[in-house]
Amino acid sequence: MGYLLLPRLVLIGGLLLLPFLVDMYWQRVLCIAGIYALLALGFDFLAEYVGLVCLGGAFFVGCGTYISGLLSATLNWSPVFTIPIATVGGAALSTLVLLPCLRLRGIYFAITSFMFPLLTVHVIIALNIFGGTEGISALATFPNVWVDQYLILGVVIFSLFAMRRLVNEDFGLILRGIKDNDQAVRASGISITAYKTKAVFIAALMGCFGGAYLSHLYGWIGISQFALDFSILPISAAVMGGMGTLVGPVIGAFILTPLSEQLRDFGQLRVVVYCLILIGFIVYKPEGLMNYLQRKYHQFEHWKEV
Amino acid sequence: MAARVLLQVKEISKSFGGVQAVLRVNVELFEGEILGVIGPNGSGKTTLVNLITGFVKPGSGDVFFKDRKITGLQPHKIADLGVTRTFQIMRPYHSLPAFKNLIIPLNSPRIVRSRGGKLGDKDAVAIDILEEIGFERDAYVPYKIASSLPLGYLKRLELARCLALKPEVIICDEIFSGLSMAEITTMIPILEKLQLSGISIIMIEHRLRELFRLVGRVMVLNFGQKLAEGAPEEVMARPEVRDAYLGTEEITC
Repeated sequence: MGYLLLPRLVLIGGLLLLPFLVDMYWQRVLCIAGIYALLALGFDFLAEYVGLVCLGGAFFVGCGTYISGLLSATLNWSPVFTIPIATVGGAALSTLVLLPCLRLRGIYFAITSFMFPLLTVHVIIALNIFGGTEGISALATFPNVWVDQYLILGVVIFSLFAMRRLVNEDFGLILRGIKDNDQAVRASGISITAYKTKAVFIAALMGCFGGAYLSHLYGWIGISQFALDFSILPISAAVMGGMGTLVGPVIGAFILTPLSEQLRDFGQLRVVVYCLILIGFIVYKPEGLMNYLQRKYHQFEHWKEV
Repeated sequence: MAARVLLQVKEISKSFGGVQAVLRVNVELFEGEILGVIGPNGSGKTTLVNLITGFVKPGSGDVFFKDRKITGLQPHKIADLGVTRTFQIMRPYHSLPAFKNLIIPLNSPRIVRSRGGKLGDKDAVAIDILEEIGFERDAYVPYKIASSLPLGYLKRLELARCLALKPEVIICDEIFSGLSMAEITTMIPILEKLQLSGISIIMIEHRLRELFRLVGRVMVLNFGQKLAEGAPEEVMARPEVRDAYLGTEEITC
């Protein structure tokens, strides 16, 4: 029992204790890391369990941000309402937009999904809607930093365990079937489009929650929330943490985001150092951190008194 | 007794670019029979399967299942009606254990409907189906990852996937090819048992001797067109069929 429980408790305990161990500045970084963790989780789920390499993370975040931001700015609703509405509404919207691309696979889906955040930014600028390039500021924020942090950490932990459960259910099994062999799934009388849609919706839920949360964290929405960071950093987090483990990308995000913050000291060389670290991981630990740790953990002998 | 026509293909044609893969082919599958479809390589046999099961849209012509037009339906809709197929190039779910491969069809709308929403222990059902199809339960074969299974088991797995859907028609695309004599000998009774249980089967095959042990009627395709149809001995005796298989060139020496 303890053998299985220990890693889970270490993870949950570690995440929940983090806000106490760091100062104000890093607490904010932690919140951002949580958003990236959700995105990385969604990316890993879509890439490893459904076979859709989705670079639409920025689109999910953007949709969530703008929906909750606009609800908050125009109707003056509190975050208690705007966040759930933006999560579900944004996910529905992103799924609808990605629906025509679901026939594509692998790199082709990646390219088309990558296009949507860029497209939306240009639409917003060109039509000068939703505050245009300036964005909308002075939105409602959370009451204090503890709500900030525990909201996102709670959602990350919940999503992580929910996803782990989901992929081992029959629903997850069918999704893995689609990744392995979509034609065989069709021959089994199951509509692959319906299942892919559901999977994208689930991943979008997490991304849109991240976005909605972000709008109230900063109290501001703007086109920078469609930034491609939200599409790209989750991939590096997933590669570093270990693709297909679900927990790996989350840990990867909690390592990479602070790391990227820390590297600000390097000024312009920041990206270079960041890349070197990533390349190091790809060369020396291509399986990812989590796969490696899991293997090592299982290699320990565990004696039991009988 | 005239059996009911279960599946009827009328004047179906398909061309890929300039290649006429299938040209105005008519097929009739009666209830409870095994129909053999033979023909040289590239004669359009697999295309015919793809056309019937909706994986390829026909250029012209229609497919009827129980007098209902199923032309142009999505493959999963056709499978949902009970017309299932195996793939010539096996398509197992590589990363899943063999019995988990069957959980996917067992979750299909067709099965959910037939059981009224109550699914029970799907793993047990899956293993029963695999045992029926020739997986030795004691050898732990059903629990092995599909990518590690040998060819013979993969072919069986293809058939098991169809069977899990409780089908009315199974279209077997070269299910004997690549199998050893011993493996085929164990497959034949399985197929006979399926026929006895009321499933109609279309078998596309190159292994003629083994095929003729099973089928009552055989159809020959050549260059996308139907060359002959009838009882196996009668069809094989026809000169045009021999020519299609062996060539027509005069041997001069």
